[in-house]
Amino acid sequence: MSAPSAPTLPASTPAKSRSRRTVRRPAPDGRRPGRAGRALRRNLTAHAFLIGAVLCFAFFSWYPMVREFLLAFQKTESGQTTWVGWSNLNYVFHDPAFWQAWRNTLLFTGLALLLGFAVPFFVALLLNEMRHTRGYLRLLVYLPVMLPPVASVLIFKNLYNPEYGLFNRILETLHLPTQQWLQSTDTAMLSVVIASTWMNMGGATLIYLAALQGIPGELYEAAELDGAGLLRKIWHVTVPQTRLILSLMLLMQIIATMQVFTEPFLLTGGSGPEGSTTTVVYLIYQYAFSFNNYGGAAALGLVLLVLLAVFSAGYVRLSRAADE
Amino acid sequence: MSSTRTLISPTQLASRRGRILYRTVLTLVVTTFTLVFLGPLYWMASNGLKSTEEFARIPPTTFPQALHPENYTSAWEVMDLSHLLLNTLWYAFGALAFQLVLDVAAAYSLSKLRPVFGKAILGMMLATLMIPATVLVVPQYLTVLDVPIFQRNLLNSPWVIWLPSVTNAFNIFLLKRFFDSVPQELLDASAIDGASQMRTLWSVVLPISRPILGVVSIFAVVGVWKDFLWPMLTLNDPTKQTLNVGIYSLASGVPENWLLAAIAMASVPTLLIFLIFQRNIMSGLTAGGLKG
Repeated sequence: MSAPSAPTLPASTPAKSRSRRTVRRPAPDGRRPGRAGRALRRNLTAHAFLIGAVLCFAFFSWYPMVREFLLAFQKTESGQTTWVGWSNLNYVFHDPAFWQAWRNTLLFTGLALLLGFAVPFFVALLLNEMRHTRGYLRLLVYLPVMLPPVASVLIFKNLYNPEYGLFNRILETLHLPTQQWLQSTDTAMLSVVIASTWMNMGGATLIYLAALQGIPGELYEAAELDGAGLLRKIWHVTVPQTRLILSLMLLMQIIATMQVFTEPFLLTGGSGPEGSTTTVVYLIYQYAFSFNNYGGAAALGLVLLVLLAVFSAGYVRLSRAADE
Repeated sequence: MSSTRTLISPTQLASRRGRILYRTVLTLVVTTFTLVFLGPLYWMASNGLKSTEEFARIPPTTFPQALHPENYTSAWEVMDLSHLLLNTLWYAFGALAFQLVLDVAAAYSLSKLRPVFGKAILGMMLATLMIPATVLVVPQYLTVLDVPIFQRNLLNSPWVIWLPSVTNAFNIFLLKRFFDSVPQELLDASAIDGASQMRTLWSVVLPISRPILGVVSIFAVVGVWKDFLWPMLTLNDPTKQTLNVGIYSLASGVPENWLLAAIAMASVPTLLIFLIFQRNIMSGLTAGGLKG
């Protein structure tokens, strides 16, 4: 099978001359209305098909997008909305929680990449070498992705419990020092990352697996003739052959992990011990729904949006290249 | 896949040493994976069966000494899981219906009917993929509080799940790409036979689109089933909540062993969907591209 193709975002080039297309198309019903009448009818049908989705996008996607930008520069007090310029942004930049949230988020992203990027690739490599039970193993890896997050999180909360949790029990049998896991500032974020990796690694693993199966076997044979060992084969054949998928997944994971909310929210109540698991999105949530400061929340969102736009742009460029 | 050549050469594997090594690694991998991925699920289901006393015991027992299936029934009743389950089904399948009707129609129109501004509309839809979903939660919440023009508050109504679920640009993209591959001759033939566009879509295009419709449907249902932040914000009335949010908000009020029993039951539907449709899900994941 071929390597998975990445979704590409086609450029929205302006509609080309319509007349050419109309000529190509035969008159559907044998009647011969004028060319303009036919085009009009076709357009009416086409827009009738589109209207439902377009309305949903307009109300629940495009309008909120515009509103996000407006909110960031507005303030609403007792029903009065006023323009406040940069003061919302100024306010959040001076909130010590802002910097802590960014430190935590970057720590989460870094740890999540270390674990969540390397582990699935290694697992995929391993699975691809297995001649038996591959279907079963693939099923296992993807299983947690299908669990409701509340279920996975409550299981992990239980496993992490310092008194009766399974993890400390395992550490005890191995004669290693037990940990406070989610309850200590040192290990809280790492614990969240481990749980989150378990919950989410299935998708990436299966995508890598498909990419690995697309590598032509002759390349490995050629490498062997040149006397390459296992590690050299991985480095000089596997990695270059999957480089595109690897970089796309890297960008995807950066974009996804920087928006982490559910896992820390459910595992540590959001902020964790001394705010050690407060992420940017949790801070947005707090601003909006605990402090009712929608302007501040929107300003925080804007900062995140601008930063992630860089990665999104990189993703689009790469996936276009992948399509060619 | 036996014919595919991978990292390890077949000759290396065929040797005595290779065979032994392979067997060892295989056994190790199968045991580790089973422990790591099924272990937590076993822990959940078995701890749900323990008595409260046994559950709190240190060190924990691997097998429940006495089975207490009544934990499951108590959790079911006390947390009113049947109600939460029905709510979630109603939201998930409603969202599925809306997505199937509106997104399929839109993708078909953009792919085959090509209206004026079609490309611009598609571009604007795909642009929403670039905006981080979590950033939009706040303005989206303010929008459903008071939908412009209609002046309606959608909080605690199923519409708050159904309508925003239609704005799934990725599904539209997948569907459009599939429709693009349907040969124009097929549609022309149907048009010559006098079929309307609606009829062509229904009787010609949809029957051959079953695989992609399956993938889109599964992701639509699972998406609503797994969602947490949005339903937590918009469905806060306890009688309207989803399983996820309902269990979360009752978590501190029930004994832990009941809680594990409850989440074990809440996990069954998606696990079943996965076991039944695993082939479609996995092919959708790789063919559909990189939606982790």
